[in-house]
Amino acid sequence: MIEFSLWDILRNLLLATRWTIVLSLIAFVGGATVGLVLTFMRLSSSRILQRFTSLYVDLFQGTPLLMQLFLIFFGAAALGHPISAWLAASVALTLFTSAFLCDIWRGCLEAVAKGQWHAARVLGMNYFQTMRHVILPQALRLSVPPTVGFSVQVIKGTALASIIGFVELTKAGTMLNNATFEPFTIFTLVALLYFALCYPLSCYARHLEKKLYDAGLR
Amino acid sequence: MTLVCVKNVHKAFGDLEVLKGIDLEVGQGEVVAIIGRSGSGKSTLLRCLNQLEKHDRGAITIADKRLDGEAMSPKELSENVGMVFQSFNLFPHKTVGENVCLAPVVVRGESRASAEKVAREVLAKVGLSDKYDSYPAQLSGGQQQRVAIARALAMRPKVLLCDEVTSALDPELVGEVLRVLEALAAEGMTLILVTHEMGFARDVADRVVFMHQGRIHEAGPPADLFGNPQTAELKQFISAVL
Amino acid sequence: MGVTLDFLTLLPYASELVRGLTTTVILTVVTTLTGIALAVVVAYLRLHGRSWTRFCMGSYVEVTRNTPFIVQLFFIFFGLPGLGIQIDAITAAFLAMTLNLAAYSAEILRAGIGATAQGQLEAARALGMTRLQSYRHVVLIPAFARVYPALISQSVIVMLGSAVVSQISVFDLTYAANFIQSRNFRSFEVYLVITLAYLLLAFVMRRVFMLAGNRLFAYQQGESR
Repeated sequence: MIEFSLWDILRNLLLATRWTIVLSLIAFVGGATVGLVLTFMRLSSSRILQRFTSLYVDLFQGTPLLMQLFLIFFGAAALGHPISAWLAASVALTLFTSAFLCDIWRGCLEAVAKGQWHAARVLGMNYFQTMRHVILPQALRLSVPPTVGFSVQVIKGTALASIIGFVELTKAGTMLNNATFEPFTIFTLVALLYFALCYPLSCYARHLEKKLYDAGLR
Repeated sequence: MTLVCVKNVHKAFGDLEVLKGIDLEVGQGEVVAIIGRSGSGKSTLLRCLNQLEKHDRGAITIADKRLDGEAMSPKELSENVGMVFQSFNLFPHKTVGENVCLAPVVVRGESRASAEKVAREVLAKVGLSDKYDSYPAQLSGGQQQRVAIARALAMRPKVLLCDEVTSALDPELVGEVLRVLEALAAEGMTLILVTHEMGFARDVADRVVFMHQGRIHEAGPPADLFGNPQTAELKQFISAVL
Repeated sequence: MGVTLDFLTLLPYASELVRGLTTTVILTVVTTLTGIALAVVVAYLRLHGRSWTRFCMGSYVEVTRNTPFIVQLFFIFFGLPGLGIQIDAITAAFLAMTLNLAAYSAEILRAGIGATAQGQLEAARALGMTRLQSYRHVVLIPAFARVYPALISQSVIVMLGSAVVSQISVFDLTYAANFIQSRNFRSFEVYLVITLAYLLLAFVMRRVFMLAGNRLFAYQQGESR
């Protein structure tokens, strides 16, 4: 039986935190890319695309992330194409993130006052000119705080990858717990590490929100 | 008989001195209108009278009892001094009847039945018996303000403070509120009003107080004040508002 | 590809499905009530408590909002017994969900309370109400009405997040899914059905909340003068 010192525990958790960070980055970048495409599909004049995106958003917001993860992980295997926990987690979190970001960004675009569209129209701008020069710059400013805020949800979401066996921070915690039987210490440390990742982002999001508010944009 | 007595009251917000020594006596049944420019301290004075603002120095008594500091509990204070606000401040989630009954039941511990009886009386007095079960959002501004008056009256205060009670109303709704106040005055209710309605001040008030830069600049019967203003500031004010 | 979906293999497990669904529904209903009730207390203390109470409440809210629910659950279920506090799985699930919902809802409510017009508070004071009286009769209901949609969303999020309690062997919907697929080896079909069950649950929950809201906050109707 190996003895674990507090430092051993912390070192192992810190090493596992790397994978939490990597998975979060993949999910966030992937989710933002897909989310951007979805947002434009949502804005398009095609009824079918609009229906599709709102169904997509409703499905991912109305079901547990854990089920999405299971469906992709076990579903792929059941359909004859087993994939790694790593890939399943990346795909599931990307899709989950894209749905939420699409919803957030659509809200920001709609929050730009209707009068702005009218003002651009009477100045003779077409749809793309209006988007490019009037709507997007304003919506972009509005979208930064909630987007940063949502990144916290993504990081927390990666913890579910532990359930399908991907060794990130939470999984490392349960494994260390099985080896050391010091659950209180270990889960306190795990929680603190997540807090250290998430809290600065939460504060930053709040700071940005306040700046927007002070600028009178909200 | 003096009901309300204000002695040398001072109030500052930070460096800004808003009240610079106010002395005022209001008799039982008297109607006093306080006029003056915005920023002259008239609303602050009114708010000191029921301690929504705590004054820094001086003394305020009602029926010979100190009301400032910790001398009076909020309950006791509300039984002595009622207040009606510019923006009505009715509780939106309660019906008209509930708005009026709330404080008697919660603060005074009256039974619901007796509170409801009083509520119907005071609502009849402001001419809104038929609105007992309506919600504030279903009433016009003038009706809402009359409910607010009824709500204050239900606590049976000795004096009623009115803070620009018609300023938030559309012009055609001002009259119905002023008529209610006039009727109250005729019944012998003691009223202290901050108002921009000079016609009302002239016709209904027993005394008009003109405030200027945190002091009582001139005071007297309306006929004297409006007919024969003594100071340049009051002359200027009257010519500006009339 | 010779893959076929076979949903009929789920039928023998109807009683497990019902058991799982019942647990999830009960967990959700109870924690929604306890969580929001606790949120009122937390929000009040965060606004009006003594400085150290405010600090404690603030820390609780921030730690909860910035750590994953599964870690909170493990901390309560595995960690607390390490301190000598014995707790069974279902209690741990109730506790974790309540504390989680309360932290988020307290922040939502705090915003709702903060949006109370100054005049409402002054009117309550002028009528002689103490702060607690004015909270009870004047502040809280309109505050709830203002933030009601956000509270609905948060409760739904906690319901969906409760799938994780299966990991400490609480027999909820997800546990039922794991149980069934370990017997009939039809994981995809099982998880698909359970996912749809969650979707339906979320839909029903929003509906019920909305109807309740229309009754609770009936005073807002006829707002247009």
